[in-house]
Amino acid sequence: MSLPATKSDVIVAGPFNKRSASVVPLAVKPRHFDVRGLAVRIAQAVLPPLVVLAIILSLWQIAFSNPGSSLPPPSEVWAQSSELIVSPFFEYGSQDIGLGWRVLVSLERVAYGFGLAAVIGVLMGALIGQSVWAMRGLDPIFQVLRTVPPLAWLPLSLAAFLDSRPSAIFVIFITSIWPVIINTAVGIRNIPQDYRNVAQVLQLNHVEFFYKIMVRAAAPYIFSGLRIGVGLSWLAIVAAEMLTGGVGIGFFIWDAWNSSRLTDIIVALVYIGLVGFMLDKLVSFLGAVVTRGTASN
Amino acid sequence: MTAYLKLDHIGKSFTRGSATTEVLRNIRLTIDKGEFVSIIGHSGCGKSTLLNLVAGLAKVSYGAVLLENQEVNTPGPDRAVVFQNHSLLPWLTVYENVNLAVGKVFGRTKTRAERHDWIMENLTLVQMAHAVDKRPAEISGGMKQRVGIARALAMEPKILLLDEPFGALDALTRAHLQDQMMEIHARLGNTIIMITHDVDEAVLLSDRIVMMTNGPAAMIGEVLEVPLERPRKRIALASDWTYLKCREAVLKFLYERHRFVEAAE
Repeated sequence: MSLPATKSDVIVAGPFNKRSASVVPLAVKPRHFDVRGLAVRIAQAVLPPLVVLAIILSLWQIAFSNPGSSLPPPSEVWAQSSELIVSPFFEYGSQDIGLGWRVLVSLERVAYGFGLAAVIGVLMGALIGQSVWAMRGLDPIFQVLRTVPPLAWLPLSLAAFLDSRPSAIFVIFITSIWPVIINTAVGIRNIPQDYRNVAQVLQLNHVEFFYKIMVRAAAPYIFSGLRIGVGLSWLAIVAAEMLTGGVGIGFFIWDAWNSSRLTDIIVALVYIGLVGFMLDKLVSFLGAVVTRGTASN
Repeated sequence: MTAYLKLDHIGKSFTRGSATTEVLRNIRLTIDKGEFVSIIGHSGCGKSTLLNLVAGLAKVSYGAVLLENQEVNTPGPDRAVVFQNHSLLPWLTVYENVNLAVGKVFGRTKTRAERHDWIMENLTLVQMAHAVDKRPAEISGGMKQRVGIARALAMEPKILLLDEPFGALDALTRAHLQDQMMEIHARLGNTIIMITHDVDEAVLLSDRIVMMTNGPAAMIGEVLEVPLERPRKRIALASDWTYLKCREAVLKFLYERHRFVEAAE
């Protein structure tokens, strides 16, 4: 066993440390900022999708540029809806606002619905993962309920809440909770017996076991559930808003369709895609931070 | 004088469906305070089950485990376990892993500063004070096991249970940790039960070696006293007559009388 040749040698000199270690300084290679390498890496990541995008746009332009075509080509999208693209946060009136504002309204609903689903989903998943009887009783019901399409819940929730805002939030909640529950339960069932033994020897109570062991050990599973959940909730919000109205991005599409502004719809689609992509990345980043060290041992 | 730890005719069977497997039969053993006892046997003979029964992680089918004349049948920090695969929580640092145990056991009786000193004292004892902020993934296998030992010692257990603690380590690291374990035992006078399948380790460390027969329904086949003076030095012992005799006795038990047979499962 090597003696630790570090600055803390003085502290280490315990009862068994009869020899002394000398500190051998290792030559450290000076690190200077590698601008060229960074540029190459960025180019490798950014250039290929840009090239593909350019190809798609030109094909689209060619396919739809004759006057009788049913859909607008990219040039027309720019001509008619450039304001939506370049200034997301304009405000001309209560219903005439930039897409950035609309996305924020939708995100707020997602935050409520998905936040609730995350908290309740993890608790329910913990219950199912821990208790065989809770699993036997609840799992089959969840397996059936999770296949119900989001919008099928909407009429029922409108009837129950008598208002479109809580209904939309409920639809988000009920759509995104299932993967959270199921993944959490699987994660908790997979907690190694060693950790349970440690908890037993230390006589951790249920609450301590939940937040000191369970949540941390199951974190990789929980976060993959949350990631699926946030994707589903973003899918559901657009559909729900089309039906419930308001100022969200979903309603904007419906409104644009009713007034035949096809170019606006195309811009909104791009917004939705980019925001969904960012939501996914955000949750996966959070997961990477929280589960640091959990997976590898 | 009553024994410190008494295994009073304990047995263990596992039942799965209609099939019942008897793992341990009628185990009787008394261990005195400060004694170092090894349990040796072929794999699958129920050594670990026996340790789990003492730890309270499994329940006896019959008989009783008595610690200071009190029956114990649930796990508790008075019987700290050092697990074979260290079982450190990977998301906690070395310090936090030990702190989890210390906070739970001494949370009410020691102040924050006293707990900190106690954690550092135990980590220093296993020479891990330099790595308090490392996570288990960042330290070597031997270091992890030392932290596991520090965590167990920090609980101030009445009995320290070691479940093949050095089994997963390379030979040199193992020897080093065995020496450390002997010094800790000499300093603190802990009562220790160690599961092992390494004959040299058993003879070097133990006051008594409990040899298990092959399962199913394993029993204690023989108990060997190791009358070697402490402190023991592994190099001097390598040619010591008593040491060699003890070693031979264990080897004969394991390889002549109770040869490992492939379990017909």
